[in-house]
Amino acid sequence: MTVTAVTNTAVSIIARETDPGEKPGGCPVIHPGPVGGNDNAEKHNGNESANMNMFFDLFLTFAKVGMFTFGGGYAMIALIENICVEKKRWITHDEMMNITVIAESTPGPIAINCATYVGYKQNGFAGALAATIGIIFPSFCIIFVISRYLDHFLEITWIAYAFRGIRIAVGILILDAAVKMLQKMRKKPRPLAFMFSAFAVMLLINIFSVRISSIILMLTAGLISLIIFIMSKSAAKGGAGK
Amino acid sequence: MIFLELFFGFLKVGCFAFGGAYGAIPLIREAVLSYGWLDDEMLTCMIAVSESTPGPIMVNLATYVGSSQAGLPGSIIATLAVVLPSFIIILLITALLKTVLKNEYVQAVLRGLKPCMIGIILATGVCMILRNGIVIQSGTLLIRPLILTAVLGAIYFGSEKVMNGGISPILLICISAVAGLAAYGL
Repeated sequence: MTVTAVTNTAVSIIARETDPGEKPGGCPVIHPGPVGGNDNAEKHNGNESANMNMFFDLFLTFAKVGMFTFGGGYAMIALIENICVEKKRWITHDEMMNITVIAESTPGPIAINCATYVGYKQNGFAGALAATIGIIFPSFCIIFVISRYLDHFLEITWIAYAFRGIRIAVGILILDAAVKMLQKMRKKPRPLAFMFSAFAVMLLINIFSVRISSIILMLTAGLISLIIFIMSKSAAKGGAGK
Repeated sequence: MIFLELFFGFLKVGCFAFGGAYGAIPLIREAVLSYGWLDDEMLTCMIAVSESTPGPIMVNLATYVGSSQAGLPGSIIATLAVVLPSFIIILLITALLKTVLKNEYVQAVLRGLKPCMIGIILATGVCMILRNGIVIQSGTLLIRPLILTAVLGAIYFGSEKVMNGGISPILLICISAVAGLAAYGL
């Protein structure tokens, strides 16, 4: 994958960043195992500061992930795995695999899904919030600053020329992403039929600029698939009954 | 009310963006064009910028669109709206509904939904290449976009064959910037 090169450099940056900082910072030792709302009634006053420390630790850790991964998606996964599984031991490798599977079946960026999950495991709802806000915070600041200047920037003739080339590259990247997903997809008649009809309908929508949302398209596909499943299930039941 | 539009527009994107960042692009494009927030050209430029800056692409796009329409409050609202659905869904799954994704009916819906998403992304990629590569102006086919498309496509897909993993998206964007400069500026 092309992202590995980027990830590796990002990982080494993080490694350098976190190692010295961790010792003086004195972040709480986290025991792997069931962590949740079940704080043992040990010392009440100690708990609160440990919680706050954890809160900041989650925020800063995921802010670093958000800061150093380019291209989103799978580049982030490698880095999150490196930090949360190997360095901090917040979650196990199996859990990490699990999240990746869940992330593929739920909407939204994988990195956000990971952050929410890890944060929740460590510190409940507040932890999830800290981790999720942490991971979007750096890019939010960067993009916000860019958004103030991009318009003026594009008015420069040379930049505008460069972006004519870049726009073509974006199309190629999107096509490439779709082709890679297609290669991973199971090559069976039914998924292929869904894929091709969605492709055809979407092309027609674009060519004739009809106002049909692709959300409608996705809901229809989900519904058709559900109906097929229910029908085949009841047919199998009827067959077994005879 | 622009804030409500931004919130609900990006909430919808966040709810249906299966298949990661590239799954969100068709949805964001629809939202952005139907509300008239940005034009196609500007959006494509912004996708390239999001690709070249850290962070998830769809979050970056939300921040940008929000900021361009309604400043700092707009960008905060759009960013939170695009993240909110996946945040809530993951919380629900880990806290309450651990088996919901293994449910056979949910699986059946996802079996239809995921290939459909791939088809939508594929169509979006093809349309973008057609729109930017095959440009017809006053009856004549422009030659420069066509050559740029062929060269960049050959470089990107060719490098995947030649070297392990091929060149990175950021490198392709850099090369395309130089190519664009060379084609139009020289």
